[in-house]
Amino acid sequence: MLYRENGQFKTSYAADQQIFPILQDRWAIGLLLLVAFVAMPLLGSEYFFRAILIPFLILALAALGLNILVGYCGQISLGTGAFMAVGAYAAYNFMVRIDGMPLIVAMLLGGLAATVIGVLFGIPSLRIKGLYLAVATLAAQFFTDWAFLRIGWFTNHSTSGSVSVANLNVFGIPIESPVSKYLFCLVVVCVFALMAKNLTRSAIGRQWMAIRDMDVAAAVIGIRPVYAKLTAFAVSSFIVGVAGVLWAFVYLGAWEPAAFSIDRSFQLLFMVIIGGLGSISGAFLGAAFMVLLPVVLDQLPHWLGIPISTATVSHLVHMIFGALIVFFLIVEPHGLAKLWSVGKQKMRLWPFPH
Amino acid sequence: MDMTDINPAASAAAADSGRRFGDVILDLQNISLRFGGVKALTDISFDVREHEIRSIIGPNGAGKSSMLNVINGVYHPQEGRILYRGQERKRLEPYMAARQGIARTFQNIALFKGMSVLDNIMTGRNLMMKSNILQMALYWGRAQKEEIAHREKVEEIIDFLEIQDVRKTPVGQLPYGLQKRVELGRALAAEPSMLLLDEPMAGMNVEEKQDMCRFILDVNDQFGTTIVLIEHDMGVVMDISDRVVVLDYGKKIGDGAPDEVRSNEDVIRAYLGTSH
Repeated sequence: MLYRENGQFKTSYAADQQIFPILQDRWAIGLLLLVAFVAMPLLGSEYFFRAILIPFLILALAALGLNILVGYCGQISLGTGAFMAVGAYAAYNFMVRIDGMPLIVAMLLGGLAATVIGVLFGIPSLRIKGLYLAVATLAAQFFTDWAFLRIGWFTNHSTSGSVSVANLNVFGIPIESPVSKYLFCLVVVCVFALMAKNLTRSAIGRQWMAIRDMDVAAAVIGIRPVYAKLTAFAVSSFIVGVAGVLWAFVYLGAWEPAAFSIDRSFQLLFMVIIGGLGSISGAFLGAAFMVLLPVVLDQLPHWLGIPISTATVSHLVHMIFGALIVFFLIVEPHGLAKLWSVGKQKMRLWPFPH
Repeated sequence: MDMTDINPAASAAAADSGRRFGDVILDLQNISLRFGGVKALTDISFDVREHEIRSIIGPNGAGKSSMLNVINGVYHPQEGRILYRGQERKRLEPYMAARQGIARTFQNIALFKGMSVLDNIMTGRNLMMKSNILQMALYWGRAQKEEIAHREKVEEIIDFLEIQDVRKTPVGQLPYGLQKRVELGRALAAEPSMLLLDEPMAGMNVEEKQDMCRFILDVNDQFGTTIVLIEHDMGVVMDISDRVVVLDYGKKIGDGAPDEVRSNEDVIRAYLGTSH
């Protein structure tokens, strides 16, 4: 079937404003969800869930949150790891200190705690922009690294500095097996992706983008920069905080502050840049690129039957991975999402060039 | 528009052309604006009446754009009083001016480049959208109703400006003349009572200028919008303005109907220079 929208007439604005106005896209996304929710749990191996799908989903969620701030509102942040940590440790404390705290509630409370800290560290954005803001948000990173390492109360005075959670369950269903963990993450990610998409196509999303593209003009048409920037920080850190909870609770199980170090912040920023700034699908593509590609590169010689030592492979992976990042950024500075939409545009017109 | 509030004191030119003026909507009194030691505006006073087209002209660097920036709160003058609808205005930020019904376009196009024409114009209606962040996240009930209701209004503007075919194009890809039109559309979307236009015809060819003139006159006529216009094309200014104020080196050197201004000695000197 050709990718065409001919004959698909929209007779109402509601129909024109759908997330996927083109029929073929709706089929594709339906199929993707079917694979994710039905085929994967039936077919996937334990390794596949543990090492690939679960980290992919959680990092995609964090990248999604970061993309709202960086891609949609144009405020660069290097404090993503910190906001994840705040979410994780806050949820941990709610779980430990309140008996019978449900996982979902703790997760949302963790997100809210990250929101508060995110807005607090977002205040400098009212006066500074760009790289200067990036440096200011680094303060969040250093501060949380220090706080969770030195202030014993946050880790419930754990002697090793490491904390852990066990016996996770949602509405009585245990979240212990890889499949249940995967499905739990998948549901959370789908819900948040839908809500993020809705926000970005609503008035608030347009405010963020207006501030990103031309802040003086945005103010002149009545957008309050304070409100737009701080809501972007709030929504972004909420999602990042929830991702932090998932990363700690579901993926790691036991963790220490190093799990949310500056490396994590950089990794997520790269995902957003490579995936595509200002696009929801970009967060997923970026996360897939960063999580899957090293695994694929790692396995490739093995699949092809090339005799080569594992040490050499791991060195090569780093080099090839770095080169690919540079390559993609040169070919398409707007990221994989843009590449994808250019491809779709070409398909619509195929076989004609224009 | 209310026909009964025609002010008998409106200038002679207005009476001649049969245009409908209201009361003074904006009164600027002794405005001075300095940037460090540089005097951008010195002791400037003039007023703008409701429903009129008021032009500000002057050579480059005369302080025309600064004047607009003072009116909509981007700059804050050190001295002088601004009365808007009879009320003295304290320090005011640009978004507050927008709330009071003042919209503007910029000399160098200030569109949101990453967004489509539709979204750009939709941002102009931002102030009228009242749903909260949770409703927007769910895109349900009020949020969706609002999106559709405002979309209808935006489509009216798109029809008015004749840009239907590019509504989903990112504005960065549009030619200059169309971008200017989209910017006007974004300002109009707010349904302003006063519209500040900073060189809306700069860099346009004759046809584009004619189109733009027609849009400006139509806006003024159909919606009764008061227009404050900066323009370098004297033909256009003299044709469509009701009153003209002339600035030179941050000072006011002329004010009145186009014909009065045209024959003003100081204005001729500022534009043509004099032999010494």
